[in-house]
Amino acid sequence: MSEMKLKTGLAEMLKGGVIMDVVNREQALIAERSGAVAVMALERVPADIRKEGGVARMANAEIIQEIMDAVSIPVMAKARIGHFVEAQILEALGVDYIDESEVLTPADDRYHIDKFQYSVPFVCGARNLGEALRRIGEGAAMIRTKGEAGSGNIVEAVRHLREIKAQMRRLTTLGPEELMNESKELGAPLPLVKLVAQSGKLPVPNFAAGGVASPADAALCMQLGAEAVFVGSGIFKSENPEKLAHAVVEATANFQDPQILARCSRGLGVAMRGLDITKLRPEERLQERGW
Amino acid sequence: MNARLQIGILALQGAVEPHARLLGRIGASPVYVRKPEQLSGLAGIILPGGESTAMIHLLKLNRLWEPLREFVQTRPVLGVCAGAILLARKVTHPEQESLGAIDIEIARNAYGRQVDSFTAELKPGVAWEGTPIEGVFIRAPRIQKVGAGVDVLFEHKGEPVLVAQGRCLAGTFHPELTDSIAVHHYFITQCEAATPWTTASPNTSASLSVN
Repeated sequence: MSEMKLKTGLAEMLKGGVIMDVVNREQALIAERSGAVAVMALERVPADIRKEGGVARMANAEIIQEIMDAVSIPVMAKARIGHFVEAQILEALGVDYIDESEVLTPADDRYHIDKFQYSVPFVCGARNLGEALRRIGEGAAMIRTKGEAGSGNIVEAVRHLREIKAQMRRLTTLGPEELMNESKELGAPLPLVKLVAQSGKLPVPNFAAGGVASPADAALCMQLGAEAVFVGSGIFKSENPEKLAHAVVEATANFQDPQILARCSRGLGVAMRGLDITKLRPEERLQERGW
Repeated sequence: MNARLQIGILALQGAVEPHARLLGRIGASPVYVRKPEQLSGLAGIILPGGESTAMIHLLKLNRLWEPLREFVQTRPVLGVCAGAILLARKVTHPEQESLGAIDIEIARNAYGRQVDSFTAELKPGVAWEGTPIEGVFIRAPRIQKVGAGVDVLFEHKGEPVLVAQGRCLAGTFHPELTDSIAVHHYFITQCEAATPWTTASPNTSASLSVN
């Protein structure tokens, strides 16, 4: 179990911080300078994956290495759902966290990676409690909401944060005889269902992701109970990435202080344009990926 | 133990809650510190683990850097991992600024990356009266030089991992991620010793001016 302590321990260290998607060394340096607690190395940000289409895979090893060499903060990278060899490669490269991510094209339409097989920790996306507990049951050491990546629209992240919170609250009100059925309904392991029923929270840190495009979006996720925030396309698809990166970091740390939020919401230029989720076709909804 | 002892935890970023839980267990009141005025009346402060680069950035944005530097010159402080990096006299790998509250030289991420994180049983140093404790090291720094006035409280493979200079404590591992209260208990004892007004009202003239 000391291994799990090390895995969730790193997530503990990232709490209250911002993890930024970057596609090269320059962006990674901007993220670090702006106070990011970690960067996520990937080939294309979700907004571009959405626009350009094609199969989205793990980033090139050279790019990941270049980013790891450039910054002193932790470097995460994404592997495709179920692609356990991409995960082996990322572990061999020495990345600090692997995101088994719905943003990339799934490699397996039934199974996720057995994350207990790795010494590097994993983060996985979830829309609801059942999905979160299945991923934890497979060894994930951190959960993030899926939101709708690359949309610049916070509504799905809010829905997922609220859903998970409401389902956890409900579990705490149930009697012990009700938990087995609940486990069946949620599609989640009974021991984890019991744990949540007792504690009212996930056994691993719970971060927000998917659609964060402004300091206010980041603070909204934090006020809704997220413990840290991932920002994907929002920063480097905006008019002034460095300024916005600074502002999102400041807003996340001071999420309960409207005076500071007002100050850091000024002079940011044009935010990423964003998408209306209701206009997306079902196959364009990245959050549907994952089983 | 005095239940009214107010202990600050720097809460801009990082593993804040685990310290609050431990402080609660040993009867002290944790106070989350995000602004300069919140330093006033504290018996001591904990600088938690997290990312030191992000913390420095946020300390400056929130105008806490100078007030905190003054605070840790005179009041008890426990710095853990990133917190120890903030307290060190000199930081390497890479070089970065620090508060200079304890005479140590510390190298960041010096055991390697996350895959090199580890747990180990720590051996008491000459200055510690007690039993071994568990050390959780996460992308941990290493203390590479200690000044003459610095005592070693715990060591791992012959290297110092928890050191003290007067009322300033710096550790490279995470006692807050284990069940052991030993380090926090020691720190609280320092805070009590350094706080003559603990049995009186906490907000007396002894509080710092931090404008």
